[in-house]
Amino acid sequence: MPRLSFAEATRRALAAEMRRDPTVWALGEDLGRGGIFGQYKGLVEEFGPERIVSTPISEACIMGAGLGAALVGTRPVIEMRIADFALCAMDELVSQIAKVRYMFGGQGRASLVVRMPGGMWRNSAAQHSQCLEAWMVHIPGLVVAAPGTAQDAASLLKAAIRCDDPVVLMESKNLWTAEGEVDEDAPPAEFGRARIARAGEEVTVVTWAATVPVVEAAAERSGVSAEVIDLRSLWPWDEAAVVASAARTRRLLVVHEAVTVAGFGAEVVARVTERLGPGALRAVGRLGAPRAPVPFAPALEDALRPTAERVAEAIRRLARG
Amino acid sequence: MDPSPPPAGGPPPNETVRLLAMLRLMLRIRAFEREAVAAMRSGEAPGVVHASIGQEAIAAGVCLHLRREDRVTSTHRGHGHALAKGADARAMMLELYGRAGGACGGKGGSMHIADFAVGMLGANGVVGAGIPIACGAAQGLRLLRQDAVVACFFGDGAVNRGPFLEGLNWAALYRLPVLFVCEDNGFAAFTRTAESTAGAGAAARAEAIGVPALAVDGTDPLAVDAAAADLIAAIRAGAGPRLLHARCYRWEGHTGTDPAAYRPAEEVAAARARDPIRRLAEALIARGVAAAEIAALEAEAEAEMRAHREAARAAPLPDPAAAFADVQDTGAPAPCPA
Ligand SMILES: Cc1ncc(C[n+]2csc(CCOP(=O)(O)OP(=O)(O)O)c2C)c(N)n1
Repeated sequence: MPRLSFAEATRRALAAEMRRDPTVWALGEDLGRGGIFGQYKGLVEEFGPERIVSTPISEACIMGAGLGAALVGTRPVIEMRIADFALCAMDELVSQIAKVRYMFGGQGRASLVVRMPGGMWRNSAAQHSQCLEAWMVHIPGLVVAAPGTAQDAASLLKAAIRCDDPVVLMESKNLWTAEGEVDEDAPPAEFGRARIARAGEEVTVVTWAATVPVVEAAAERSGVSAEVIDLRSLWPWDEAAVVASAARTRRLLVVHEAVTVAGFGAEVVARVTERLGPGALRAVGRLGAPRAPVPFAPALEDALRPTAERVAEAIRRLARG
Repeated sequence: MDPSPPPAGGPPPNETVRLLAMLRLMLRIRAFEREAVAAMRSGEAPGVVHASIGQEAIAAGVCLHLRREDRVTSTHRGHGHALAKGADARAMMLELYGRAGGACGGKGGSMHIADFAVGMLGANGVVGAGIPIACGAAQGLRLLRQDAVVACFFGDGAVNRGPFLEGLNWAALYRLPVLFVCEDNGFAAFTRTAESTAGAGAAARAEAIGVPALAVDGTDPLAVDAAAADLIAAIRAGAGPRLLHARCYRWEGHTGTDPAAYRPAEEVAAARARDPIRRLAEALIARGVAAAEIAALEAEAEAEMRAHREAARAAPLPDPAAAFADVQDTGAPAPCPA
């Protein structure tokens, strides 16, 4: 199996899907120049400018046009460039794409993918670093996935393209160059199926996206037998896997890069508590960002970053609790 | 327009037949909306109804030049566009009443009326939201090598929203087969167009972006018909997008229960005197159509819509389980516990 970067893994997965299905196409800014992370490199040469569409800086129209094109039977991959820019297209995503099937009584479907590269990366500051997956999960109609390995970046993209529901892919900017082994012939991922990244007995640590490698490293150095669960998809999410693990370890930590307050970690903890009962867990914790925007200077950004040291410390604290 | 009367005794010329179809459509739209407004006012139909009474010539004049495979995107004031594209009036009325068998299964109501089977891709509760959707529909159809055009209706209020700029630029850039139709009824909700829109308006803005535009009196059915014919022919010939700016007047309030006290009675009376339906009827009479034939068409339209309303009153309520259907297949919602 080749070792591929996230960018290359998704580039190859998209190309394979476009070869398989002529109705698949992609639209977004600078796609004809490879996209800003190289995840579309060379695709316009193979598929032409009608299927790798370089668009104006018109996020609302990129999103809305993707919907219109889906309603007539194509499968668009909508590139938002940076997740923060999707905020310029919230009506199109939240009130149009997510609602169209329901509101019209099943007459049409938005079978499309929205790619949102997000999170902290190279000191991009407050308007280019947000992790807004909790917003997405809150919207009925959307499927939300957040790959934490190169394999999943490819397999979830394939699954998203083949899914008849609209899928939002929260891709982590910080992972584009990270490498992992990728089986390019692997079947599309299954939404709602978590990956046990590391087996353990004392603490269950749930995470996704950019914090997956961070948590794996933290578990390694924590000196605690921590079970690491990479959720991979946030809606639907693998409640059963998390509940089973937490029932065994009786200690649950959720780690995410997003702001802790009303983050998806809150949902995970709430559901596990509902399922196991209030007294079932001996210790519970969430590790995310404080409720502050992401600052620019490396010294300031690092103050917010969920580093392996911080996560390891949280794991140890929980293990003692 | 051909001013010569038809030969006595012979069949009416094609043009007369075509205009009669347009009149019939306009009469059906008006009759539907009269029933819809009455249903809202009486409380029989829940929620809100926005009527396009007085604007019928625009929906009819544009959609009569469309084919079944062409698509339409619409607005919160969308009954006329739906009927003009061939939507099922019975299913629409059931939808307004929130009954089983409604066009959207009771999930949409008036503001989200749709009939995908005839290419009506939906009314939209968000001003301007149909514009990017129309652009994408045209782009998708092109990718699928389907030869069809998209008519995109919006109100004058939409030209002050970003999607108008983004969508027109987009359509011009990719030379998409889209007819943008700005129905300028003089108001955006309770505010006059002139109080909210700087500059020379929709047509001038379109021209500035490179979308050729025509402005017409939208209460003159023959003018709308002729303009739509020209613009759609150019679009079909591959000339790229066009914009039709149709000035008209909203006879009713913003919603069925808005008394519209913000405008003088004389202004409304003057607008009603330019009734597009009467204007088309007069043009047809001048072409030799009997007034009785027109009266019969009107009675027929009214009877049809009355019957739909009766049927809606009598129709069963939707199964509550439908509230949980059609959200999504992957991660579908769990119904509320009983
Ligand atoms: C984005 C957005 N803002 C506000 C509204 C509330 N609203 C509904 S209709 C309307 C007026 C729209 O005016 P116009 O586009 O001219 O259409 P008309 O009602 O005259 O047909 C407003 C403000 C809305 N639906 N969407």
